[in-house]
Amino acid sequence: MFDSLSEIFSVLKQNKLRAIMTGFSVAWGIFMLLILLGSGKGLENGMRFNFRGSATNSIWVNSGETTQSHEGYKEGRRIQFTNEDYTAIKNEISGISNLSGRVYLYDSAPLTYKDNFGVYQITCVMPAFFGIEKMDIIKGRFINDIDIKESRKVIVLSQPIVDTLFDGDEPLGAYIKVGGIPYKVVGVFRDVMQRDERKSFMPITTGQKVFGQGNRIQNFAITTASESLEENRAIEKEVRHLLARRHRFSQTDQGAIFIWNTLENFRQVLGVFTGIRIFIWIIGIMTIIAGIVGVSNIMIILVKERTKEIGIRKSIGASPWSVIKLVMSESLLITALSGFFGLLAGMGVLHFANMILQSIAAGNPDINSYFHNPSADFQVAVTATFVLVISGLIAGFIPAKKAAAIKPIEALHDE
Amino acid sequence: MKNSIIKIESLHKSYFSGENSLHVLKGLNLEIKEGEMVSIMGSSGSGKSTLLNILGILDSYDKGSYYLDGMFIDDMSETKAAKYRNRYIGFVFQSFNLISFKNAMENVALPLYYQNVNRKKRNEIALQYLDKLGLKDWAHHLPSELSGGQKQRIAIARSLISQPRVILADEPTGALDSKTSNEVMEILKEVNKTGITVIIVTHEEEISSKTNRIIRLRDGVIESDKVNSKILSYV
Repeated sequence: MFDSLSEIFSVLKQNKLRAIMTGFSVAWGIFMLLILLGSGKGLENGMRFNFRGSATNSIWVNSGETTQSHEGYKEGRRIQFTNEDYTAIKNEISGISNLSGRVYLYDSAPLTYKDNFGVYQITCVMPAFFGIEKMDIIKGRFINDIDIKESRKVIVLSQPIVDTLFDGDEPLGAYIKVGGIPYKVVGVFRDVMQRDERKSFMPITTGQKVFGQGNRIQNFAITTASESLEENRAIEKEVRHLLARRHRFSQTDQGAIFIWNTLENFRQVLGVFTGIRIFIWIIGIMTIIAGIVGVSNIMIILVKERTKEIGIRKSIGASPWSVIKLVMSESLLITALSGFFGLLAGMGVLHFANMILQSIAAGNPDINSYFHNPSADFQVAVTATFVLVISGLIAGFIPAKKAAAIKPIEALHDE
Repeated sequence: MKNSIIKIESLHKSYFSGENSLHVLKGLNLEIKEGEMVSIMGSSGSGKSTLLNILGILDSYDKGSYYLDGMFIDDMSETKAAKYRNRYIGFVFQSFNLISFKNAMENVALPLYYQNVNRKKRNEIALQYLDKLGLKDWAHHLPSELSGGQKQRIAIARSLISQPRVILADEPTGALDSKTSNEVMEILKEVNKTGITVIIVTHEEEISSKTNRIIRLRDGVIESDKVNSKILSYV
């Protein structure tokens, strides 16, 4: 092993510049592949970053109007969810990890604290909603079961509302008026996404009673226990069928209820990135092929120049296989070594880019949504190495065959 | 009676280039015994180089038969041919055919590389052979730093290192002046004395006169095959 290595090195030393130039084309290919893959990963991570706001396996159910007549009911009938639907979904459908009904109070109720007031979106939810939309509780707590049971007049505010209304006062335990009725502030949260933050939450039962909603629910938010798209689709279907039965609309009526499955959407976006990744691999491989052709070319010239030497080797007992081994391992060594440098350079650039991005993101978090943590992971490095070895072998194959076919008598007369 | 190391019977060889064919060897019969020192003479085009290539298993023949040390040599695979060359035959060429980027020692050691002898061992053996040929001090010089005579001595050392049964020398003195030619011939004689068969292809009478048997080729046939009476006492 060491013997053949030193044999190769003694040859490569003959043509240092040429070996370096050839190696460069391969290094460049691998470098580009890595940069492309890293950038693709960055875009993908940016997209994942956007999905961070809510659980990726959530299903949102909104009501609409029927578009088909069904069981004697005319089309154009408005569907209204109720507490009974909630109980039915909870009891009859398995595989759900969080389920919350929601009631929205829009501009009907301004929030007032002392002299400050403002109109914000108030969402009346159940405790399980905390597991559906991702938020950080900064102070206090979220809505709990006792709030629901006793229809307590409590409210959870987002940090920006607190900043606007409280003028530095301690919000926790303070009373804030919603449409003239005092509510106790039990918690302060911050949206993980830091978007659309002018929100507040109160118990759904409170909202229904105080604001005259009766037992109505406007929509359902569900997260499932499963990460698989098939199971999520199955649950989505079960929910549709259950509601269709309860509200007497056709299972195929797309207007009666609207179901938004984030996992499906998430998967679609991921699918786009899979496409991008394949595209990048194709470009990268093409670039590497250019490098391979370069190496192959040089090796053919090298073999031609070394015709005589190979002839001498053969006349003193080199078998064709040993000649093939000599040429192949030479090309493998050039590709592997230079590819390794390309790999290192690519990794280095990505690392550096990541550092710069992070420092930009510190001042401007928006950038994270577009480009986040560009990196080539271990798997990519392993694959790239594999590609390298294969390409080295391919590059060496034709020249090696040519070398092995050299006839010693002809070679020896080649002056 | 010694064993025959080389035996050829009605050997034919033609070269084809397109429509034309050139009948180079026309039914040669030849037997060379172990330990002989033979010269093959002839003008260019007589077929002497072709014969040497066939004897060295560098080229194939069309008709007839060739036995090397009793083994029938036919159109064998390259791998097998390489193995036989390595084991049985040592080559000495007119143009030395040393590898330019390897030093004297590495050049001499190369045949052992193809016998998978490890580096340390083969360099050690190479140094012994260089020493025998008086070139130990030049072991680490590149061929370009050596004189013609030195280069040929290195080539001889290389041909000897695998302990072959036959040395095939193709115009070994063709590129050397008469003084060094004599030196090289003396070395080949010494080699012959150790029992190795030496076959020299040459067109110089002065060289062939130093061998014990002279075979003359002319237009692909053996014109004469004589024992060199002048130096019979050597045998």
